[in-house]
Amino acid sequence: MREINVQTITDVVEKLCIEANCHLPGDVKCAIKNCRACEDGKIAQGILDDIIENFEIADNENVPICQDTGMACVFLEIGQDVHLVGGNLAEAVDEGVRRGYTNGYLRKSVVADPVRRGNTGDNTPAMLYTEIVPGDKIKVTIGPKGFGSENMSQIRMFKPSAGLQGIKDFIIEAVETAGPNPCPPIVVGVGIGGTFDKAALLAKKALMRPIDSEHPDPFYADLEKEMLEKINELGIGPQGFGGKTTAIGLNIETLPTHIAGMPCAININCHVTRHKSEVI
Amino acid sequence: MEKRITLPLTEEIAKTLKAGDRVLLTGIIYTSRDAGHKRMCEALARGEELPIDPMNATIYYVGPTPAKPGTVIGSAGPTTSGRMDAYAPTMMSVGARGMIGKGARLPEVVEAMKKYTGVYFGAIGGAGALLAKCIKSAKLIAYEDLGAEALRELYVEDMPLMVIIDSEGNNLYELGREEYLAAKK
Repeated sequence: MREINVQTITDVVEKLCIEANCHLPGDVKCAIKNCRACEDGKIAQGILDDIIENFEIADNENVPICQDTGMACVFLEIGQDVHLVGGNLAEAVDEGVRRGYTNGYLRKSVVADPVRRGNTGDNTPAMLYTEIVPGDKIKVTIGPKGFGSENMSQIRMFKPSAGLQGIKDFIIEAVETAGPNPCPPIVVGVGIGGTFDKAALLAKKALMRPIDSEHPDPFYADLEKEMLEKINELGIGPQGFGGKTTAIGLNIETLPTHIAGMPCAININCHVTRHKSEVI
Repeated sequence: MEKRITLPLTEEIAKTLKAGDRVLLTGIIYTSRDAGHKRMCEALARGEELPIDPMNATIYYVGPTPAKPGTVIGSAGPTTSGRMDAYAPTMMSVGARGMIGKGARLPEVVEAMKKYTGVYFGAIGGAGALLAKCIKSAKLIAYEDLGAEALRELYVEDMPLMVIIDSEGNNLYELGREEYLAAKK
């Protein structure tokens, strides 16, 4: 049994909140640059140039890429041979978020109550997901999630008879409905299967996967490619002003499901698709 | 077409701006988003004065990150404008004319823009670090308790924007996409 003090988790969460918000992952940068090279339209080219300049400024000056530094989605994969000591885990994570968002000059975007509102002032609480895995390590992943795109996400409980076509139509419908609102070019996370709640979590996890990776099952890997192409035929384009680049990536995550159902969740993210991990 | 515009946004200037124009905006603008708009519209409903002079004003839908020491403001890109649709016609009815944001607007906002000669500008969503470069000063005006949503006065120089919807109701989101799809055929 390996002992890990929760203080270590606070430190790592603080650091990752700041790094994730200021430095875009390499796969996302690469995808944006590739799309810029393929665009023909003047407006679309200009917007992608500005987006590239923006993430370069953020990199060089250590400032947030986007002012919506999001809700802090925190994923902990905790090895079953780890014994956490030194305090309450959830409080340790929130303390990391509190310090990261304060010391990193990040925006505090969380309200204490969904209906009565009121900013908590420190961006807590984190949206915390824990999973017990084999081993004696802890993998910490932070994915700050902006709400311009989160608000454009959808979930639907399909009848199995809707089949593959039902899923395909739903993905296109969600992107079409979102239009210019989620700051295209977007990244699309699709969760299929499980239960109502698990499908949504799968869609969120799909956004944490590098966009140059593919689903291990060739059936879904092909579907990822096909749907990305179809989305980019819609013509919505960068910022919705028309063009080839509506999405820069689409990841699908799947789980077994019930004989009576086929849940499908679509979590939309903007071109500032941020996530950062560290293993303790 | 690229146009340099100096604020305030008078009716005369507003009429010259067309959907698809690239604009470099210079002058004083005000920041406000969900909670700030709610307060301003509640104040108007009670017959009170606003903390800003709305006549010919331009409002930037933004909640910036905190300024690091030695800087004017943090990252400051636009938020989704649709959430201000409930308030925008009221703001235009008392003289506010320019709106800076991103994303689609409801038909009633477009109707109000036609009635009051309003202009809806788009700034690049997700380019907050870049947009902060053109903000030369920032001053707190009201609603400090709202944090990032407080009402601020900004002085901007050559702020790069696109006219998304003009005062005749032409919409770049529709025109730009139609043009791209037509050219592809």
